Amino acid sequence: MSELFTLPVLLGILYSGIRLATPYLYAAIGETFAQRSGVYNLGVEGIMLMGAYTAFYVASISGDLWLGLGAAAGVGAMLGLLMAFVSVTLRAEQGISGIGLHLFGLGLSTLLFKTTLGGVTSISGFQPVRIPFLADIPLLGDALFNHNLLVYVAFLLVPVANWVINDTTLGLKIRAVGQNPAAADSLGVSVGKIRYLTVTVGGVFAGIAGASLSIALINLFQENMTNGQGFIAVALVYFGGWRPWGVLGGAMLFSLVNALQLWIQVAGIELESDIAVMLPYLLTIVALAVAVRRAQQPAALSKPFERGEA
Amino acid sequence: MSEATSVVTRAAARSAWARRLQGWQGALVPVAAVVVALMIGAVVLVGLGADPVKAYSSMLEGAFGSVSGFTQTLVTATPLLLVGLGVTIAFRGGVINIGGEGQLIVGALAASAAALYLPLPGVLLLLAALIAGVLGGALWGAVPGALKAQLGVNEILSTIMMNQIAIQLANYLLRGPMIDPKEVEAGTRIAQSALLPADSWLVRLVPRTLLHGGSILALVMAVAVFFLLWRTTVGYRIRAVGLNPDAARYAGIPVKRYQMLALILGGAFAGLAGAVEVLGVQHRMLEGLSGGYGFSGIVAALFGKLHPLGLIPASVLFGGLLVGGDKMQRSVQVPDALIVALLGLVVLFVVGSDYIMRKRAAKAQSHE
Amino acid sequence: MNTFSTRIRWAAAAALLLAACAPAAAPTSAPVPTAEPQIIEVTRVVAGTPEVQVITATPPPAAPAETFRVAIVMPSSTTDMAFSQSMYEGLLAVQREMGGEGAMEIAYSEGMFSVPDAAAALRDYASQGYDLVIAHGSQYGTSLAQLAPEFPETSFAWGTALDTFQAQGVTNVFAYQAEAQQGGYVLGTIAALMSESGVIGISGPVEAGDAKLYVDGFKFGAESAKAGTKVNVSYTGSFSDVSLMAAAAETHVAAGADMLTGSSQSVVGAIGVAKDQGAYWFGTQWEQTFLAPEAVVASQVYDWTGIIKDMIASHQAGVLGGKSYTLTFKNGGLVIA
Repeated sequence: MSELFTLPVLLGILYSGIRLATPYLYAAIGETFAQRSGVYNLGVEGIMLMGAYTAFYVASISGDLWLGLGAAAGVGAMLGLLMAFVSVTLRAEQGISGIGLHLFGLGLSTLLFKTTLGGVTSISGFQPVRIPFLADIPLLGDALFNHNLLVYVAFLLVPVANWVINDTTLGLKIRAVGQNPAAADSLGVSVGKIRYLTVTVGGVFAGIAGASLSIALINLFQENMTNGQGFIAVALVYFGGWRPWGVLGGAMLFSLVNALQLWIQVAGIELESDIAVMLPYLLTIVALAVAVRRAQQPAALSKPFERGEA
Repeated sequence: MSEATSVVTRAAARSAWARRLQGWQGALVPVAAVVVALMIGAVVLVGLGADPVKAYSSMLEGAFGSVSGFTQTLVTATPLLLVGLGVTIAFRGGVINIGGEGQLIVGALAASAAALYLPLPGVLLLLAALIAGVLGGALWGAVPGALKAQLGVNEILSTIMMNQIAIQLANYLLRGPMIDPKEVEAGTRIAQSALLPADSWLVRLVPRTLLHGGSILALVMAVAVFFLLWRTTVGYRIRAVGLNPDAARYAGIPVKRYQMLALILGGAFAGLAGAVEVLGVQHRMLEGLSGGYGFSGIVAALFGKLHPLGLIPASVLFGGLLVGGDKMQRSVQVPDALIVALLGLVVLFVVGSDYIMRKRAAKAQSHE
Repeated sequence: MNTFSTRIRWAAAAALLLAACAPAAAPTSAPVPTAEPQIIEVTRVVAGTPEVQVITATPPPAAPAETFRVAIVMPSSTTDMAFSQSMYEGLLAVQREMGGEGAMEIAYSEGMFSVPDAAAALRDYASQGYDLVIAHGSQYGTSLAQLAPEFPETSFAWGTALDTFQAQGVTNVFAYQAEAQQGGYVLGTIAALMSESGVIGISGPVEAGDAKLYVDGFKFGAESAKAGTKVNVSYTGSFSDVSLMAAAAETHVAAGADMLTGSSQSVVGAIGVAKDQGAYWFGTQWEQTFLAPEAVVASQVYDWTGIIKDMIASHQAGVLGGKSYTLTFKNGGLVIA
């Protein structure tokens, strides 16, 4: 075990953990907005895949990474709108419409990949940006401040989202709509509009989450490349108790343990590889089980709102 | 009978008729939703240079139009029905079980282990394997259940995580302790268990097809779940907890215990689905056995309006969609991804159209 | 490493045994169903001991009058840059050689991770009268063993595997296997000699089947080529987790590795890491050079064309199964590219 707790190894775990956490952060923060307003979108995975494909395709034909990122956000917004239409306007059962959205995104991104790209190619994605001074901090500097732009933005998103939800009028409305839509409605807040907004924003972030994989972290597109990350992101929202800081905690815990288990294997410690791979999933459950503070879920979560109903 | 009452009954009869008619028209809405989804698919098919008429006729034929196709639909519908029953019980109890996939895998592992290692003769071995599957799935449902009841851990989170843990557990067991000794001997090391003894196999119902006794078992189970939920105290309490936990608590029902029970029962049925797949179809445990039924079963359950009897046609229809979709892929040779995307559209449109149906039903009622 | 050395001993014994009965194992000797498992013409080449006999490929068929119809069911996709793509491209190459779609028809079903769906597809292709139905995944074997006796006119093939189910009286199944450890051994040797840090990182998907053979061969090759070479091995538990595969490669680099390799379709994530971090990559299953020409040293490519042609020729000669093929360097089935 001692070979695990050397400084370079711990810094390596930190570096990999931060990279692994990035797509989860985007997707889970976006989902937090949606769930805070009472809509539960299980289709994050499908939006991520469409975002990953779109970003990669647009960036590789235009040569412009920013255009790719914008396109991914746009596609995410469109799929978010679709989800909002189905779950808010048509008041569909949200779990199942999310699964439908997932299948749709998975199928469409693969089909487009096969017809437009034909095979796996790579791209030169967002390059690491060393932050002056901070990156020169001994030891920690390189692990924390030598990442690509999308990684920094993902982490900056956490305080911003926290501020929006807790300290702005919009945030108040979002929380009101998720907690007691009838009361919010009677105070003149448009439940539908707020939910449309949050689910669309959630879609944008899910699209960017996919883009962060295909044009910043992995720099290629392969079918089903998210491999279930969208579902984990949804789970992390529950882990975080619908609070951005909690989501950050969950994403980092999950990702750091994932980086750790790889180190356990690489260091040759006697542990079956499959058991090592289990660790992040196992520890996420355990951590939540022993956590002291537990948040109440938005009271109207997954309940479609109909004016005049109780 | 007085004049007045006869008028009332006649009016009631007429409105019942109207409602039935509305219901019949209502049933057309999801069909229309499917048709619209397929029409979008037809445009894509033409774009890919395939013949949409050939595609869809082979889809229909492949799912329902031939003995081999229809039996395959039933074989696929069987685990969907069983998983769907588990999802239904959980939903009725107010808990969301996304862990069908993991519960199915653990059920399949437990059933194979029982069939391989228990020294039981004849039909006893089959019974033991089925029970082991049920217990394995129940155990995998009990963990999120206990975590929710005792520690307030959200079940969506824990069931998603438990799915991944089950996959890795299967990886470990199938390449390690449970691996077929022949695979080690031959050096090919395929991750699968040994072939189960023939005593543990479910009987095949139609020669030259995979249709097996598990389908009948699933039907029986659907009826049993109906009775459990609507004819027993336990079922009544599960539904009461699901409808309104506060009222249930006020009425003296231990809410947490019944939520846990709902998750355990949900797991038990998914585990049974896993056992049935092993004992009826594959005759050994291997990677890829689950076929995504843990997720498809959720869709089937909601198509079936979370009613055990509604689930029977819903799982046959959804199974037919899966089987027919694959058949269509084979007949026009388009990428499988198109079928997946179409399936997603169908799901979205059907759940979306559900609201239109409900609205019509509400309108019909308000006209009375 | 215990299992690997026993494997070598076993394989060496098998090779001796085969050499002894080599004259009997002439090409396309009709398989006789016996109670004992009978493997014909298996070439068990052990890494580093290439003096083993080779499959004699039947000459390619002389312009068949009828269209030969092949169907393949595969778990991953035709564009996975790995196992599924290698076989699909092999089929396309044979098709070109035979004279295009008129001479050979190819039908495919991809993305069949679900074994029940794959079984249904295999059954359907067989009932549509395809001459050769290929189940391209070890996990499909059980379904195939149930299915094959019902379609005695059809030839089936599956892999990676060695068992043609002759012990169960099945005569129309071919089996094929890639001796992935051979290329692993060779590439491992090169890696060890190239490595400056003396550390090599291997990331596999699941510790079983073809991937395990490759990983063990690579490790063995590297360790025997240069004493003191440190080989670190990790698995991601998934064939498709690109992100975790990339993180595994990062971890190997951080642990000092300058030579990396891995198996499954998810390695594309790791190749990018090798490129970015200035490490070298060794590929397997399919040609992976063009993803990062500056980083990929070599790939072990599975060339199934010889086996496909021999199966077609055997089928046309009336031998519908019973042969067990292996891809080796000697028979040209494994190519370093």
